[in-house]
Amino acid sequence: MSEKTNVTGDDAKPVSIWHRALDSDLFHSFIRKPVIVASAIITLAIFAMALFAPWLAPHTPFDPSSLNLMDGFTPPMTANQFSGNEYVLGTDNQGRDILSAIMYGTRISLFVGFAAVGLAALIGISLGLLAGYKGGWVDGLIMRIADVQLSFPAILLALLIFGVARSVLPPRVMDEATVWVLVVSIALSDWVQYARTVRSSTMSEKNKEYVQAARLFGVPAPLILLRHILPNVMGPVLVIGTIGLALAIILESTLSYLGVGIPPTQPSLGTLIRIGQDFLFSGEWWITLFPALTLLVLALSVNLLGDWLRDALNPRLR
Amino acid sequence: MSQQPLLKVDNLTRRFDVSKPWLNRMIEREPKQILTAVNQVSFEVEKGKSFALVGESGSGKSTIAKMVVNLLNPSSGHIYFDGQELSQAKGAAFKSLRRRVQMIFQDPFASLNPRWRVGDIIAEPIYAFGLESDKLKVQKTVERLLSTVGLTGRDRYKFPHEFSGGQRQRIAIARALSANPEFLVCDEPTSALDVSVQAQILNLMQDLQDEFNLTYLFISHDMSVVKHMADTIGVLYLGGLVEVNDSQQLFNQPVHPYTRMLLDAIPDHEMTGRRRTPVTGEIPNPINPPSGCPFHPRCQYANDRCKQEVPRSKAVMNSTVACFAAEEGRF
Repeated sequence: MSEKTNVTGDDAKPVSIWHRALDSDLFHSFIRKPVIVASAIITLAIFAMALFAPWLAPHTPFDPSSLNLMDGFTPPMTANQFSGNEYVLGTDNQGRDILSAIMYGTRISLFVGFAAVGLAALIGISLGLLAGYKGGWVDGLIMRIADVQLSFPAILLALLIFGVARSVLPPRVMDEATVWVLVVSIALSDWVQYARTVRSSTMSEKNKEYVQAARLFGVPAPLILLRHILPNVMGPVLVIGTIGLALAIILESTLSYLGVGIPPTQPSLGTLIRIGQDFLFSGEWWITLFPALTLLVLALSVNLLGDWLRDALNPRLR
Repeated sequence: MSQQPLLKVDNLTRRFDVSKPWLNRMIEREPKQILTAVNQVSFEVEKGKSFALVGESGSGKSTIAKMVVNLLNPSSGHIYFDGQELSQAKGAAFKSLRRRVQMIFQDPFASLNPRWRVGDIIAEPIYAFGLESDKLKVQKTVERLLSTVGLTGRDRYKFPHEFSGGQRQRIAIARALSANPEFLVCDEPTSALDVSVQAQILNLMQDLQDEFNLTYLFISHDMSVVKHMADTIGVLYLGGLVEVNDSQQLFNQPVHPYTRMLLDAIPDHEMTGRRRTPVTGEIPNPINPPSGCPFHPRCQYANDRCKQEVPRSKAVMNSTVACFAAEEGRF
């Protein structure tokens, strides 16, 4: 793969992981592409912004007691005509600071994205490993389920799960569970990719001689899967995961935009865009524009990173 | 020979089902297609000796190897190791049989997990067979094994991709040795290596055989490699043994027409100008083998009997051969 150790012969101590990382092909291909470096920096900045929102944000947009309705509809970089308060990116209809709302909103969006990708990868990798290694009817069953799954559009599935959850759960519980319902619906519509990729890699890995050697030593099948095959099929999964993160964030925003996602009391990026579009035609453009821009930049950077990772890890595309 | 053989293979047969999926078969009205990869093969290997199986691609060499190490179950026939039948052994007895029979694979680039350090690769059998669990002792064993195969103890920190093909094959040998085996199945261990490195690996294997009193089942398509390594040679053709003989005898006086053809195909540097019978034809399709002797379409001595009856192995002309022409002295 891409790690390269400096082979000096004399000093045969294990080379430190940092040294290896800095000397790797991956790092060289990274540093040579300014666009990728920029997207990495932007992605990290947005991650940091979201992670440290409680400390960085100038206001607490979800605390009703800190809001002043008179501050509503303040344009960016302009003093409010009643209170004289000024907000960098303006405020929405309830006087919430857009910048702070974006920071907190990104936090929710990213959380949903990561959790959904994690869950989808967990389901997909496990089923893919099982299908690829066992073969036969197990493989057939899992892959047919995946095919059926794939024939339902993600949004339809999410709407379905949402509808069911809403009618089953009491409203108060539902409000708290919304995030998890979102995570589960996105994960359920996304695991197929992981399963298919892992299955095909597993099928080619399991016939390699190192796996046969492990079988010869009587290593039990779960251990072979976990310790031998899994590390060797993780490359493509990493790529799908990165691109999948961008897709999950967009899907979350779409669902929130459609009104089935995060409630307006704790808005995610999508919810913010939905709130703002009501006022777009009355001239309050900033309420929807800035959350939308954040979403665009975040999704674009993560996507670029994912694309680059795919190319960099695939020697045939270099 | 009073001593019982370490490995005894008796009437070993392996068939593979290569038919299309059930639905296609029903629609196209085709019968099941069965490929007989190994057909009633019997041989014995004595302790401390090397038995070589030679044959063209598709002659069933690797299938036999996989069955002997129990990666593949025989369709019929028996494999006895040290008097115990492999497929009957259960539990601890099976585990110990597994440990005593190890394998060296053909491709040293595929047989080592690219994400594991060499030390972990070599230690895997030690932990898997429960030979030792103390980390420090395992580390010592690994270092000792590495120096046994001509590498240094410090190499255990490295990854397989830092080594050349020959060095990787040494690592693979060290891994096989770490299980403390008595019997090594070597499936074309040198076919992926440069000629200069081949000799080093073969010499290493011979040294190890003396040092650890190992018994080899050596599989190859290269007659000159086999000549170097084997005490006894079995020639495979289309899944069946056509001739088994002492190495020297076989090279000096090949009996079966196929063995002769193989020996004639060995290149020699001396340019002796000896007359060669050129290799003609190809190995037939094992799904649809020829009637009678499987070699008859390529054999210059074939007559009507060869086309109808299947020859059995018989002792003829100081050799064990399955050939009517040899039996009847038709050469």
